[in-house]
Amino acid sequence: MNPHATIATIKRILLQLRADHRTVGLIVGVPTLLLTLLYFVYNGSAVFDRLALTMLGILPMLVMFLVTSVAMLRERTTGTLERLLTTPLHRADLLLGYGIAFAVAALAQSLVIVAVAHWLLGVDTAGPLAWVLLVAICAATVGVATGLLASAFARTEFQAVQFMPLVIGPQVFLCGLLAPRDGMPELLRWLSDALPMTYAVKALQAIGRQSDPTTDVMQNAGVLLAFTVVALGLAAGSMPRRTR
Amino acid sequence: MLNSTLVETAVAADRLEVSRRGTPVLHQLTFTVPTGAIVGLMGPSGCGKTTLMRTIVGVQRIAGGSLTVLGSTPDDPANRPRLGYVTQAVSVYRDLTVRQNAAYFAALQGFSVDHVDDAVAAVGLTPYADRRVEQLSGGQASRASLACALVGDPDLLVLDEPTVGLDPVTREELWEHLRALADAGTTLLVSSHVMDEAERCDSVLLMRDGRLLEHLPPRQLLERTHTDSMDRAFLTLIKEHAA
Repeated sequence: MNPHATIATIKRILLQLRADHRTVGLIVGVPTLLLTLLYFVYNGSAVFDRLALTMLGILPMLVMFLVTSVAMLRERTTGTLERLLTTPLHRADLLLGYGIAFAVAALAQSLVIVAVAHWLLGVDTAGPLAWVLLVAICAATVGVATGLLASAFARTEFQAVQFMPLVIGPQVFLCGLLAPRDGMPELLRWLSDALPMTYAVKALQAIGRQSDPTTDVMQNAGVLLAFTVVALGLAAGSMPRRTR
Repeated sequence: MLNSTLVETAVAADRLEVSRRGTPVLHQLTFTVPTGAIVGLMGPSGCGKTTLMRTIVGVQRIAGGSLTVLGSTPDDPANRPRLGYVTQAVSVYRDLTVRQNAAYFAALQGFSVDHVDDAVAAVGLTPYADRRVEQLSGGQASRASLACALVGDPDLLVLDEPTVGLDPVTREELWEHLRALADAGTTLLVSSHVMDEAERCDSVLLMRDGRLLEHLPPRQLLERTHTDSMDRAFLTLIKEHAA
């Protein structure tokens, strides 16, 4: 680990993001746009409140997964990754650089979507909004970490995009959004327990119900963090310094 | 302390064998590259030049024999701050400017931003320093990639086909700059499939099908083959080795 290299990498990735206005616009705008669409679909009924809250965890994870897997794939295919591996940069510096730089982007994204949800779309929570923000960023970080890992299994950007439904789809189906987890067959509930989005949704539902959801939020955010660390560790293993 | 032979030899290969995904690519390579020399790595496409370079910079495993780079094994992390590697493809961030790219690689090598302007000037890109690489011509982009290797003041600079797509004037300037680096003590390993560029080197490693045909200074190469051009010298050697 080399903090200078990590900081230089964060700065470089943020510069790349800044140079790409359209991507920044899509990252920040798309989740909010989708949420607003959902508001009108449900015509502001109570169902929307429940859906919207879970969407604040799902959408950041989805968007960040997609953005990171393509960004990292580019790093692999253009030869910059191989070149980076000949420099003193450690793999952990690169992954942490991506994690932190995209977490900054996720923060901007979450601020906008949480603000719009609360003040414009009237989504109310019993617990404090700051917790919603924390869970949204944790969910986004899981998206970043799994995206970095997924890029190892794709040869082209075309393939990388196809991983999105594969990785995100089951998580949306099983996280308790479409059907309550209690009603699922045991096997599916186990599967649901093994997927990170479930914990983001649990934390958000706790914030929706409880005026002091600290314990639940901390527990579930801790699980999300653990998923992030494991995925980053596996991603580091997926980029050996020396090829065979 | 390093002993004197290690200091004077930047790269030493002894019966080096390299396979890629189980297929042997380099066979029994034995050669040394002295410190401060420009050594050309010549041979037709697919002869293993890039694999040899990747092995030297430590991103390719060795299957057999030994390879010493800067007095250590190629994968020694202590080598990384002393290495500059320019791949054949332009491996820089195309959405960043020349200066931003150079500044990133300088920071990774632990150098300050002052080095950035020197490196950009060295490849003649000062007027384009604030342009994005994607807005540059092919030759300019490959020079931007070179600047990112120069910025770390490497002891060993490994350049994979650095002159491809360059006009004669730029190519001349680049070779002058490489010579100046060698005079200052940098060791350079430069690959090319343009045999005429061999004349610019102190010695030439001639490769074919993963084997080393000869390692000679260019003048001796011409004398030994009784030819007056590098192209013919190479063809003569191939026939000789086939016979």
